[in-house]
Amino acid sequence: MSTAYAPAGTPTAGRPTARRRPSATRAWLQWLLRRLGLAVLTLLAVSLLVFLATSALGDPVRAILGRDYAVSPERVEQLRQTLHLDQHPVQRYLTWLVDLLTGHLGVSAVNGLPVAELIGGPVLNSAFLVLIVAVLMIPLALGLALIQARTRGSWLDNTISGINLALAGVPEFVTGILLVALFSTSVFRLLPAVTVIPPGQMAWNRPSSMILPVATLVLAIVPYLARILRANLGEAMDSDYAELARLKGIPENRVVLRHVLPNTLVPTIQVTALQLAWLLGGVVLVEYLFNYPGIGALLVDSVRNSDFPVVQALTMLIAAAYVVVNLIADALSILFTPRARTGMVA
Amino acid sequence: MSTVDAAAAAADEAAVAQTVGLRVELTRSGIDVVDDLNLDLYPGHILGLVGESGSGKTTAGTALLGYARTGATIAGGRITVAGHDIRSLSPARVRSIRGVTIGYVPQDPNSALNPAIRIGDQLRELLDQHRIGTPAERTARIAEIMPAVGLPGDPAFLRRYPHQLSGGQVQRVALAMVFLPRPQVLVLDEPTTGLDVTTQAMVLSSLKELCADFSVAALYVTHDLAVVATIADRVAVMYAGRLVEMGPTQELFRAPAHPYTRALLQSIPHLHRPYRLTGIPGRTPSPGNRPSGCRFNDRCELAEDACRAEEPQPVAVKTDHWSRCRRTDALGPWDPDSRAGQDTDPDRERSVVLTVTDLNIFHGRNQVVHDVSFDLAAPEVVALVGESGSGKTTISRAVAGLHTQRTGSLHLQTDPTGEPAELARSARNRTAAQRQAVQYIFQNPYQSLNPRRTVEQILVRPLEIFGIASGRAARERAAELLDSVQLGEGLLRLRTNRLSGGERQRVAIARALACRPRVLVCDEVTSALDVSIQGSITELLTRIKNKHGIGMLFVTHDLALVRTIADRVLVLNRGRVVESGLVAQVLDHPRDPYTQSLIAHTPTLTGAFDASGSA
Repeated sequence: MSTAYAPAGTPTAGRPTARRRPSATRAWLQWLLRRLGLAVLTLLAVSLLVFLATSALGDPVRAILGRDYAVSPERVEQLRQTLHLDQHPVQRYLTWLVDLLTGHLGVSAVNGLPVAELIGGPVLNSAFLVLIVAVLMIPLALGLALIQARTRGSWLDNTISGINLALAGVPEFVTGILLVALFSTSVFRLLPAVTVIPPGQMAWNRPSSMILPVATLVLAIVPYLARILRANLGEAMDSDYAELARLKGIPENRVVLRHVLPNTLVPTIQVTALQLAWLLGGVVLVEYLFNYPGIGALLVDSVRNSDFPVVQALTMLIAAAYVVVNLIADALSILFTPRARTGMVA
Repeated sequence: MSTVDAAAAAADEAAVAQTVGLRVELTRSGIDVVDDLNLDLYPGHILGLVGESGSGKTTAGTALLGYARTGATIAGGRITVAGHDIRSLSPARVRSIRGVTIGYVPQDPNSALNPAIRIGDQLRELLDQHRIGTPAERTARIAEIMPAVGLPGDPAFLRRYPHQLSGGQVQRVALAMVFLPRPQVLVLDEPTTGLDVTTQAMVLSSLKELCADFSVAALYVTHDLAVVATIADRVAVMYAGRLVEMGPTQELFRAPAHPYTRALLQSIPHLHRPYRLTGIPGRTPSPGNRPSGCRFNDRCELAEDACRAEEPQPVAVKTDHWSRCRRTDALGPWDPDSRAGQDTDPDRERSVVLTVTDLNIFHGRNQVVHDVSFDLAAPEVVALVGESGSGKTTISRAVAGLHTQRTGSLHLQTDPTGEPAELARSARNRTAAQRQAVQYIFQNPYQSLNPRRTVEQILVRPLEIFGIASGRAARERAAELLDSVQLGEGLLRLRTNRLSGGERQRVAIARALACRPRVLVCDEVTSALDVSIQGSITELLTRIKNKHGIGMLFVTHDLALVRTIADRVLVLNRGRVVESGLVAQVLDHPRDPYTQSLIAHTPTLTGAFDASGSA
């Protein structure tokens, strides 16, 4: 065997590993910086859009004052100043952006309360809702997908698939209404149909009122997630490496846990992130349906009242959450794909 | 009959693994994939199981481990491995035998090693699972086996992931894995497919040594007769789910006694002799479409009514060599050289159509081809030969104007009387006449034809684009084109997904011919096809070259194929031409060490005879 003519592409054995650690850190850092830079650019673009869109809502002063607009010019003038409407739009945008970056969210155009104070409660309520749904949806979807993948082609698999497909086809507000009919109004009267939270209390002080919103969202997301996971698992279970593991005498449960699952982790992360981002966007319909005091409901109210400082703050927050979730998902995907992880260093 | 039974009875005692009357069916329909399969494996011996795609050879291989893919079931017969009756054992007991007593080396190690697990952990998993030795012993064993397959066994190497190894290294990891628990029986499923010849030679020699050293009984499943001739002690030939012939390797290749085996051998090119390849008409029938009686009867020249009516029984040709054919007497003596042809006349006149000067090609910042110059006459076939990464496909793509990052010049003579003109880098910037004159046939006919179009649409399109014919004239021309690639007119209305691989490649050739090209670029056109189809496609290309006076650039990794089809050859190594000249000259008297190494590592049919010192 003439080694001089070893085929091209044969890596030389024993690549120096000592040098890898520091350069790996640097590669990650570079990646992170680049992605953060892109995230900032994305958010800047979003801020411009948000600003333009809220400007297009119409004259906020007229909307806020209603009939008073014509009779009290001094209040109009005062409001115009608080909202910086006397400034040039470009300057207004810059002022707003600087305020935003320095943590000044401004005051509500409707009731004069600081925006930060106004959105604090709903943001926490929504975050809590999303957290509960996320904690439930991932194991549920994965569990269902695993059961289906292990019993492929059986009646159980087909039944679950059928139910999943049906649920995935129903909009979440329909599911919500059906749940309300079933558990709160027509059939049983076990759970509250709407969330009533006394002032000063948070959603988690009323666990019973959270059940239906959580259930609705879980029923909306899990079928979709489970279907994608089931397809990924099925593909990995038919893969050559799973077959080889079986032919090595590895029991099926272990084949699934050790050989199949790690290879379906990345699609799982990506799909979950998409769903989470969707949830974070304020599940307007569901919050509205159950009168849940989250950002979705607040956003709808604020748009209706032309309270554009609140609209701007909330949209920016949602956009930021979207970007962060995706960034985390991408980092995790790289971390769990050996080829991508080692590729970072190369 | 009786001699066969007697031989089988005598063999029973020594065989460490055996299948008797094995039948594997499709679960839903009960149609057999493999039927009446009798195999015996002896310690230290390798049995080659040869067949084309769809013959059931892989199914037969995994059945030996008591495993059938989703959708198939082992339905009948007996499987014995080291004294265990596999079919009567519980699934848990079968699992405890798999990997330990009987190992499996997968077809494509790149997809068979788990991409998410470090190779050391994958090696260890088997020992952990079957509780072999103490943890320290397991580590020691892994460190010990790695050098035996020619890999470093240090922890840093074991911490790598499969994607960090080359194809040959991955295959050797798979070999190490299977030998780790010291199994008595091995099933190897085309373990060298997709490897370069040098790497293949390394893997085969490690394998042969390991089998001898550990006295393992191996079943080597492959479609490659030349590899089998190099490695196997005995050969079993499989066709449409049945064994058709079995015998000692030398004996079987010296006097093949089944028409199918003979036809297969006639489709194989030879490194040191230009053979006219014939191929086998028709296609391998899939399960459910297999004819009654002898399953080869519809493709067999010797078939008579009785062959269609009754199932042939194995007939002993010699001791230990049998053939499932009623007409072995009618076969006549076997002379492999009866199909020998002529090498290209070195003094023939050449009229050059394409001149390539100082071609340098880049992929981004990497230079992948260095200073390549050659010319191509018409009619003539110039072969570009090299291993993966040699730049052979890149050169052909640059000639066709598909790869544009290049320097150097290409000059093409678009019509026999005209002056050669420079070709632009991109096919887009070439004149219509130039584009028409250079046509490309791709490696994989499953991907190069639009599945949404009918054969007629595919053939009429280039005719219309280049204004050769239109309307009814174009449709008539399409039928003629199909005829020139030996396909019937009936195919015109079909979509390409209804065609077999060989038929698709013929359609792709017809599409190229539709343009009346001067230069045809053939990029590994036979490597996705079975050998019997490769034979007929090669024959077809040679006929087209002579009939239409076309110059062909034939890209391949198969040196033996070069001998049959090409007039001149360029041997490429890492983007440079290391040797070029007339095929006979280069293959019989290679001067460059790289060419010599390639030739030395190319498996040949005569490998079986060379090993014993005869022939």
